Amino acid sequence: MAAQDWRQALQTVLQKYPRKESAVLEALYLAQRDKNYLSDADIRAVAEVLEMPVTEVEALVGFYSLFRRQPTGKYLIQVCTDLPCALRGAEAFYKRLCARLGLPPEGGTTPDGLFTVEEVVCLAACDRAPVAQINLQYYENLTDEAMDALIARLREQAQE
Amino acid sequence: MVVLREHILLRHRDIPDIGSLEVYLAHGGYQALAKALRTLSPGQVIELVKASGLRGRGGAGFPTGLKWSFVPQDAPTKYVVVNADESEPGTFKDREIIEGNPHQLLEGTALCAYAIGARVAYIYGRGEFRHLFAGLQRAIDEAYQAGWLGQNIQGSDFSLDVYLHLGAGAYICGEETALLESLEGKLGMPRARPPFPAQVGLYGQPTVVNNVETLANVPPIVRHGPEWYRQFGTERSPGVKIFCLSGCITRPGNYELPLGVPLRVLIEECGGGAPDGRAIQAILPSGASSLLLPGYNPELRLDYESLQAAGAALGSASFVVLDETVDIVWAVSKVIRFFEHESCGKCTPCREGTYWMVDVYRRLLEGRAWPDDVELLLSIADQMDGNCFCALGEFAICPVRSSIQHFRPAYEARLPGRGA
Repeated sequence: MAAQDWRQALQTVLQKYPRKESAVLEALYLAQRDKNYLSDADIRAVAEVLEMPVTEVEALVGFYSLFRRQPTGKYLIQVCTDLPCALRGAEAFYKRLCARLGLPPEGGTTPDGLFTVEEVVCLAACDRAPVAQINLQYYENLTDEAMDALIARLREQAQE
Repeated sequence: MVVLREHILLRHRDIPDIGSLEVYLAHGGYQALAKALRTLSPGQVIELVKASGLRGRGGAGFPTGLKWSFVPQDAPTKYVVVNADESEPGTFKDREIIEGNPHQLLEGTALCAYAIGARVAYIYGRGEFRHLFAGLQRAIDEAYQAGWLGQNIQGSDFSLDVYLHLGAGAYICGEETALLESLEGKLGMPRARPPFPAQVGLYGQPTVVNNVETLANVPPIVRHGPEWYRQFGTERSPGVKIFCLSGCITRPGNYELPLGVPLRVLIEECGGGAPDGRAIQAILPSGASSLLLPGYNPELRLDYESLQAAGAALGSASFVVLDETVDIVWAVSKVIRFFEHESCGKCTPCREGTYWMVDVYRRLLEGRAWPDDVELLLSIADQMDGNCFCALGEFAICPVRSSIQHFRPAYEARLPGRGA
């Protein structure tokens, strides 16, 4: 999101809190939204708007796993492989997904920049494993066929 | 013991669309809040919740009414913070309440705010719940428009603003003081206690932090009274609880049951047993933070006291079933890997202890174990025990110790010279 736009969106967020710093996670989400990662300039801008030290904002970005400092594919596919999901085959599902996208078993980004695949910890959907979040949208009770169809749909969507 | 004829918390399973205000109102919704505003003093609401015996459903099991009573009455600014940072592996109940029955959560939040004298409540959800929170925001908007939230609720002098706040991927923020730090825009690291949040909480003000499920229990308690609530459950563990059932089970899912039912009801009647009739090797009854229950005792009662007597804890009631085909050492290695990933790094015993345990488990699984690795795991656990800054580190050693206690041969088979 362009800096002016998210600064505007942040104004309504700020009204919720007596202290500006409470809005820092939301400000980082807004700054990250369109490109899936935070640049140095984004972090400086957030620090400036919220009157926080740049190092403090940088520390928060490092601490909270939903913020990223590197670009990802257009679609970020996060598969939970924690114990309850693993007991329902999520590890094998993950490895097959990586293989079908031509990625190494630990995941990564496809050469066309469309998909980044990674393992994550619990997503609170253990009863519907295998489960993935794609750009934070839940997809549950996944099968290889369902995942293939989903990927095909996202490829089409990316071309539009 | 009374069997549930209808759900008390997961009411959306009996009543379609109860997530909308219209349907919620048609089925007694906001009646408890109306009753409190009309006929009960804040102190009386606290007494009702105390009398119900409701205990915190997030895991710690602390008596809810008592927690509320610790908030000083004369403080000018107080807060309610709803813990919706549901991140314990094996736990997925708060998510269903938020999705299916959001107004009951909001009504419980309003009752808590009325009882302690708060004018602002924050609902702190894990960052992955962004889409879920869009629906919750719609419910909040509806409640504002109908005068169940906002200024002078239903013409009374009680006002409450409810705001949603998203975290950004950190399990530790489920710990209530780490959650408050995070809400203040800081690293989500736990605070020293005392002072407890009831005295010094959000922005330094008295604060009650309650789990989603805990607050969802409050409207039926206030509406129907503590005697009605206590007909469910046992004398010391009254009421109902949502059990999250996952792992090696035919029908995984959330099951709302009276506390004290036998394990058989959850595993067999609800869950349909392990797939293909396999035997159950062990159960983690409180998610990753579990002391393992070895084997399967169908008559074990599911309440706080019975689980403790069985050497485990009810916690958030997240039952992860391991059948006979599961490699216990692998299963515990997954859990330790989780804690290592989520350790906030504030204190050395947790940060280093989980790191070294992950290393030992890797050796065990890759056939590179050292002769003393089991002793080494126990020694690391001893050094963490009682020395971690918060419960995360203390929980991390539970599955390690209890799996070695009950399944030592599975570990020893992986030691050099044992031929794994």
